[in-house]
Amino acid sequence: MPNFIMSYLGSTVTPGEAGNQFWALIYVLIIFAAVSLAVVAMNWFERKALAHFQIRLGPMRVGPHGLLQPIADALKLALKEDIIPAEADQFVFWIAPVIGLLAAFTVYTVIPFGPSQAVSDMNIGVLFMLGVSSLGVLGIVVAGWASNSHYPLIGALRSSAQMVSYEVAMGLAVVSAVLMTSMKTGTGTLSMIGIVESQQQQGIWFIFKFFPLGLIAFVNFVIAMIAETNRAPFDMAEAESELTAGYHTEYSGLRWSLFMLAEYAAMIAVSSIAVTLWLGGWLRPFPNLLNAPAWDFIFSLFPGLTFGALAAVAVIGVMRMPVHPYFRVQRIGLAVFAALLGFIALFLLVIALAGRSSDATVAARFRDGIDYVYWFVLKVALFMYLFIWCRATWPRYRFDQLMRVGWKVLLPITLVVLILTAIVGVIVS
Amino acid sequence: MNPSLNMALISAFTTTTDPGMAPVATPFFFYLLSGLAVAGGFLVITRRNPVHCALALIVTLIAMAHLYLMLYAPFVAAVQIIVYAGGIMVLFLFVIMLVSIERASKDRRFNRIWPVGLAAACALMALFVSAFVKGRALFPDRMIAIPEGSNTQQVASMLYGEAGRMGQYTFAFEIASLLLLVAILGAVIMTKKKI
Amino acid sequence: MSAAAKDGTKENVNDVSGHALPHAIPSHLHLETPEKPYLDSNELIINMGPQHPATHGVLRVILKLDGEKVLGTECVIGYLHRGVEKIAENRTYAMFNPYVDRMDYVAAVSNGLGYCEAVEKLLNVEAPPRADYIRVILTELNRMASHQLWLGTHALDIGAMTPLFYTFRDREEILKIFEKYCGARLTTHAFRIGGCQYETYAGFEKDVKNFLTFVAPKIDEYEELLTTNRIWLERTKNVGVISGEDCVALGVTGPVLRASGVEWDLRKAQPYSAYSKFDFDIPTGENGDTYDRYLVRMEEMRQSLRIVEQAVNSIPEGPIMAKVPKVIKPPVGEIYHSIEAPKGELGYFIVSDGSTQPYRLRVRPPSLVNLQALDVMVRGLLVADVIAVIGTIDIVLGEVDR
Repeated sequence: MPNFIMSYLGSTVTPGEAGNQFWALIYVLIIFAAVSLAVVAMNWFERKALAHFQIRLGPMRVGPHGLLQPIADALKLALKEDIIPAEADQFVFWIAPVIGLLAAFTVYTVIPFGPSQAVSDMNIGVLFMLGVSSLGVLGIVVAGWASNSHYPLIGALRSSAQMVSYEVAMGLAVVSAVLMTSMKTGTGTLSMIGIVESQQQQGIWFIFKFFPLGLIAFVNFVIAMIAETNRAPFDMAEAESELTAGYHTEYSGLRWSLFMLAEYAAMIAVSSIAVTLWLGGWLRPFPNLLNAPAWDFIFSLFPGLTFGALAAVAVIGVMRMPVHPYFRVQRIGLAVFAALLGFIALFLLVIALAGRSSDATVAARFRDGIDYVYWFVLKVALFMYLFIWCRATWPRYRFDQLMRVGWKVLLPITLVVLILTAIVGVIVS
Repeated sequence: MNPSLNMALISAFTTTTDPGMAPVATPFFFYLLSGLAVAGGFLVITRRNPVHCALALIVTLIAMAHLYLMLYAPFVAAVQIIVYAGGIMVLFLFVIMLVSIERASKDRRFNRIWPVGLAAACALMALFVSAFVKGRALFPDRMIAIPEGSNTQQVASMLYGEAGRMGQYTFAFEIASLLLLVAILGAVIMTKKKI
Repeated sequence: MSAAAKDGTKENVNDVSGHALPHAIPSHLHLETPEKPYLDSNELIINMGPQHPATHGVLRVILKLDGEKVLGTECVIGYLHRGVEKIAENRTYAMFNPYVDRMDYVAAVSNGLGYCEAVEKLLNVEAPPRADYIRVILTELNRMASHQLWLGTHALDIGAMTPLFYTFRDREEILKIFEKYCGARLTTHAFRIGGCQYETYAGFEKDVKNFLTFVAPKIDEYEELLTTNRIWLERTKNVGVISGEDCVALGVTGPVLRASGVEWDLRKAQPYSAYSKFDFDIPTGENGDTYDRYLVRMEEMRQSLRIVEQAVNSIPEGPIMAKVPKVIKPPVGEIYHSIEAPKGELGYFIVSDGSTQPYRLRVRPPSLVNLQALDVMVRGLLVADVIAVIGTIDIVLGEVDR
């Protein structure tokens, strides 16, 4: 058994491919924990960023700069009374958030954080992702129905129609990216890792491929993905000013937090897919052009430097806090947080330095792994910012306008882009 | 598919099988998934509440998708989930939600032609059994491990490859899609009084 | 009531849940029985409010829907009824003055102006010119504040969160001026019968001028966020259209009327206070849709700034209070006086029996009258448009219910 566990360590493929169930399980647990943590961080970041868009400060009271606010909220939600409306369908009401959460988290099994940093490299990765994320709508529909109330029902109807229609445009945009993978080798691939690798082989992110075809497909995918995750300006399903809270009006406490968890997990998942398909996944900028070991070293410093910058921001926050007994605990808390970030930065820099010497050592492999995950997460984080930015900027579409955009604008454009991509691909090769 | 080609394919794939990829506890998962599928199907016809029926049907469909995965047909499995569980069942639920549930659950569960339905089900069962018994030679007697990686390409070349070699199902495939188109048109005409 | 309640609580088979609704539904909204009882599309009754995030308080709208299409509406009001008009009969004229602030609480200064002028007319006294100028400045600032609050909440209803905070930031400056002037921010009680209670504080004119230079670019900022925004255009253009004739027939006034192309503003039509001395335009719209109403109100903010600028630059010296007896006892008679409040024509009808208290006082609230246009505007639109239209009418439930 230890042999079975250790044998994977030298491998350069995903545990799924290596057939190593132990490491697959470990990866699943890591991803589950990391995504949950990312949702918590995203919750804080969204509130802070949105607040600063809107000339507010956002959470400031719970922990320094409201850093503990998501934890306090989670605690509050977990301790709340669990209410199931008397007229609701008990079992379906209970299972609806679970369906949504399962669908959102299952997508992560195929998302490659690195060439071997994924649970599995399915050869139908993209299809799997599309299929499983389309199951998420079931949770919403069923939740709206089970609440046995008008507002949730309308919210559920809206969101099911919306998600089903935008899936079409989303799928077509994905197909045009998949088509691009077949350019050099002749055979395309649906595997997520294969898609990133073919971007490396072709030496171009697919967003710039056949300019502007890749870009248009990418933009269409981004619009469809915002609609697919029910985020502003397409947040019809939970349009608070119209339907109070849409499909989760009757939900409260832990169940409601499961819906939120699913929504944010789905946002991160679709962003990861966009990053994988168009923005080169785990690839750092210019991996082919700047491929000398010196460049490798410079780029491997980025994770450490990023955490160093975050630590510096935290230190500045400590220094700017008023010197007053009221702020003592907050100052200490923020200082500890800064120290934590600083240690992480130091650790990452040490690994970058240790991994410089040779390519074969464990340190080098570890350094590469951190690099891959860092660039992937950085790109996904930019998408998260995009979500917040859209929410702060735009009014909400009306339902019929939303459907019109989906069917009459996005769908034809993606279709044309798909056909043009195929034609250009044939001409070029 | 002609038998010789089939055998050729089987032999081609069995040789490339990697022993490391052997699935774990195959019988256990097979019976688990089959049990789930059957239980879901049973619930579909016995539950009074249509939404519960739909959910049970989704369980069946997903269990079927996993069975396809066990048969090394991931493409079919993914399509099963996208089309049936994700697309059609959502539309089913969409319609069911708009129907007065209270009224529907008071209606008779089975209508008067249930003997015909039973007979049809028995006939279908008989067909399956006879096909299994008579066509024993066609089927491999054990599960063959086909490399997952080529499955999608296999499906594609069966459907779209050059005629005579692998693309022998192109015509049938297109005919089937035409049939679906006719069904869609029929549905539109039936529901829309004026177009 | 009992008949309607009986009617409404009868078993309603069209309801999705199959349960009778717990409240009375007016007869014209009763659902028709579908032709085929089974598997037929249903009409739906939805109860929007009184606890709803977008009904601006405690308005309850009963909607009859076909899918999401609105077939009919019924406004149920009175959740905030405090009997203001009845209270007036038991208070002296001066004592009643603070009560009017509580009607349209986002435009309390306008309410006070209307009431004070009505009583002054009844008493046959006139406020001195300086008091008139102070009144105009504060009222126009209040109009601006009211429109800012409207813009923020209206945009929030349509889904744009950010303008709300921008407008509240700038409204804060107006409220600061109010607070410095009379000690209160919202329910100001700024005016007295016969003039103003307080002389302007030192630096009042400087504050107002600073505010003018501060806020002019901010209005452009709001417009930048919304006016050419594609989604905003799609959500507001041709939504809630009402013709000028319909407006006049329903008695709709204020920006809603002007957006339908009727140039009617009491500040010009029958100038009161010092308005005849200032130069300003009346913005009008063409289509009478939500977008035009938005544009009209944006322009009105600018015109308000113009008026304030002229007033603050030419404010005369002199007394701020006319000679009014200590005990106000108007002669027997009746009076109707109306002013152009931010939301429309705000009128006070006072019947005096010669005692210290009004015999009867009746308010013509613009919000209530304008709300009657809701049904005309939203028929055939979608649920989301109902929200937009409620926002664009700009109601304050304190004024609707009184």
